[in-house]
Amino acid sequence: MSAIAFPIPDPAILARRDAIVAGLELLVPAECLVTSEDERRAFETDALTAYRRVPLAVVLPRNTAEVSAVLAFCHAQGVKVIPRGAGTSLSGGAIPQEDAVVVGVSKLNRILNVDYANRTALVEAGVTNLSISDTVMPDGFFYAPDPSSQLACTIAGNIGMNSGGAHCLKYGVTTNNILGVKMVLVDGTVVEIGGQALDSAGLDLLGLIVGSEGQLGIVTEATVRILRLAEGARPVLFGFDSSEAAGECVAAIIGAGIVPVAMEFMDKPAIEICEAFAKAGYPLDVEAMLIVEVEGSEAEMESQLARIVDIARRYGVKVVKESRSAMETALIWKGRKSAFGATGRVADYICMDGTVPTGQLPYVLKRTGEIVAGYGLRVANVFHAGDGNMHPLILYNVNDPAEQAKAEAAGNDILRLCVDAGGCLTGEHGVGIEKRDLMRHQFSDMDLAQQMRVRAVFDEQWLLNPAKVFPLDGRVAA
Amino acid sequence: MTLAPTSEAQAADIIRAARTARQTLSLEGGGTRAGFGRPVQTDETLSTRGLTGITLHEPAELVISARAGTPVAELEAALDAKGQMLPFEPMDHRAIYAGSGEPTVGGIVACAASGPRRIQAGAARDLLLGVRLINGKGEIVKSGGRVMKNVTGLDLVKLNCGAHGTLALITEATFKVLPKVERTITLVIEGLDDRQAASAMAVALGSPFGVSGAAHLPAGIGTPSARTLLRLEHFRDSIDYRAGELAKLLASFGRAGRIEDDASCDLWRAVRDVTLLAEPRDDAIWRISVAPTHGPAVVAALQQAQLPFRHFFDWGGGLIWLACAMQGQERALQDAGAQAIRSAIGRDGHATLIRGTEDLRARIDVFQPLDPALMKITAAIKASFDPDRILNPGRMYAGV
Repeated sequence: MSAIAFPIPDPAILARRDAIVAGLELLVPAECLVTSEDERRAFETDALTAYRRVPLAVVLPRNTAEVSAVLAFCHAQGVKVIPRGAGTSLSGGAIPQEDAVVVGVSKLNRILNVDYANRTALVEAGVTNLSISDTVMPDGFFYAPDPSSQLACTIAGNIGMNSGGAHCLKYGVTTNNILGVKMVLVDGTVVEIGGQALDSAGLDLLGLIVGSEGQLGIVTEATVRILRLAEGARPVLFGFDSSEAAGECVAAIIGAGIVPVAMEFMDKPAIEICEAFAKAGYPLDVEAMLIVEVEGSEAEMESQLARIVDIARRYGVKVVKESRSAMETALIWKGRKSAFGATGRVADYICMDGTVPTGQLPYVLKRTGEIVAGYGLRVANVFHAGDGNMHPLILYNVNDPAEQAKAEAAGNDILRLCVDAGGCLTGEHGVGIEKRDLMRHQFSDMDLAQQMRVRAVFDEQWLLNPAKVFPLDGRVAA
Repeated sequence: MTLAPTSEAQAADIIRAARTARQTLSLEGGGTRAGFGRPVQTDETLSTRGLTGITLHEPAELVISARAGTPVAELEAALDAKGQMLPFEPMDHRAIYAGSGEPTVGGIVACAASGPRRIQAGAARDLLLGVRLINGKGEIVKSGGRVMKNVTGLDLVKLNCGAHGTLALITEATFKVLPKVERTITLVIEGLDDRQAASAMAVALGSPFGVSGAAHLPAGIGTPSARTLLRLEHFRDSIDYRAGELAKLLASFGRAGRIEDDASCDLWRAVRDVTLLAEPRDDAIWRISVAPTHGPAVVAALQQAQLPFRHFFDWGGGLIWLACAMQGQERALQDAGAQAIRSAIGRDGHATLIRGTEDLRARIDVFQPLDPALMKITAAIKASFDPDRILNPGRMYAGV
């Protein structure tokens, strides 16, 4: 019994399935079309695996022209379209519906140009996040946003969800690192917005598109900023006897005028899970841990770390462990970035993504623990402390419907808590279906209506990823 | 007549009443940027001067909020008192418009006034976390919030940043702030031409030393010889090291002199505010945004076309400020070079006429003309906020 509702599939579309597939066959070669039930099943969900819907068909176009032809066709036929990157969404952003065609960008996977003098890369939207950094790293550059799923997730998906990562405290999230897109509108029209210049003409449509969760169009190419790597980077691990002390330490570091590249928090359950998986050398005898990373020359890193360690001591830090080699640094980050995967080996979980003002972290952490315990479940906390972006992982058994309902109820309570503490429902994962029905807790009907009117400018008939972001009732057209 | 509500609710009432009466409104903050955009004829002016005050400042959370009519100077003073700053270094347009009045928070949002640090710390839109606004129906709408990371719903924050009040009246804005820099050093290399300067700036910006300003002032702009400026801002104990390393990296371009601290700040203020091109006052001023390495080629093409102008580069060459002489020319420039400039830019980039007579701004496209598909979207977005076109109608594009 699923708690999150899906729209009832349109019987008229289901009845026309053969004709729709036949129409798609005329637009793309057979290897770009997935129609058998077995193969379609591979696209029935994303990383929010508790929910599944087998789509009508899946198209994997090879270029912008094919994306355009497919969207024009679906638009003319009144068929809904679900854009898909790598299917790593934690909020159900890529979960299909039975009467919709999935358009995946996985074949758009070329890096078209790297321009070091302008510090940009032109990429097809299906390239993975990490492949950009891998390409430019030998020349000393990187692409800054680094979501945990960066090995698999695509730039298209990153743009859809405005993805963040551990290092966005200093370098910003996706929207701060995209300069231009080529995008196919719902009727197949291809538009180009921005480019290599540092701002674009007219209204800031680029800012609107990033984070729009595949509801305004399908991005096929992007111009991304690449940045020069710092001379060096070094994380330090801090172990604390309480989450509160760790939270206060975070606020004190920023209050002292230091903005590290990253400040990551883990509580005891998260430390244990990650350490068991990654053998990263995390301290096991503490209640909370921070990973604080600084950048610069050797002398700069030393002097910054000295200041940061000083502050940590004032908050009673129990364990201080500086990375002494590139290998230790890699291990420390491996542990952190494998948190979701490692947790998945221990139990099923849902991952929350609320963001709160950093001053509220100790309170929200405490309340999170109480809320989850109140439902008789366990929680592991691992998150971006520097920007208040929390990721409580609520552990449950996916095969126990009652437990799933409890986990979702706890998650909803936590997200409401985040909003009430002055924060928001989602910092970097997107609303998807998961947080859709909580939108009215953060926004007034008037706020949402304005957003929906803007959405309708791009998609009057609500064909693009329609079951996401906005509550299913009370939808507004132009 | 100017209407100056003292609360957001009053402002919403005024907009609702104007809509009912089918009256149009010019939106105004401190009035320092009144010359920006196409001339707008409206029935009334709605001023934010009664909507003032900092509403939130949490130094440990790096966040500040203020009502739209709050002077930028007040915001900066409050931040300064806590050792913080607005990272995007908002441009003050008073130098080029020779205006009085005080720039406001709403004004820097409405015109997306990003300064030299945009290349490193981001633009106004990147540091703007949340807004409250009133659309053309008189509805109070909020978007974004006060936290650093927020992807909840469509980003109407960025959409309104740089919309010049054509979508809504901004009533309150929240910014991410940063600790103030401890020290600043600007390296100055003299005598480079535009292309050499662009190469030097590309090398500097591609270095790991955190260059936070990269401008090139050709010969005759401020001083007789050309100056290429590369700014470093960092901790006291590391800035000398960075300046030394960067100078070594740039050695092939020439010896780098140093301008430090207050003198460096004054120089970058002049770059930021385009003081260097403010006189003569009847020159038309363009702001041209292109790929950084494309900047010198655009300028060369305009020199080839014998357009009478002076210029300098910011943003590593990607932002060209260009003053086009309108007086004393053999042939009168009907369009202040608009056609030549836009053809030199090509497809990737855009030009905005920042200063020109009202007559000129009415005659030519002040903002870069858009492709038909994007123009259609722009008009429809306008209609989604302001269906009766009562807020700053036509300020950016005719009929929008």
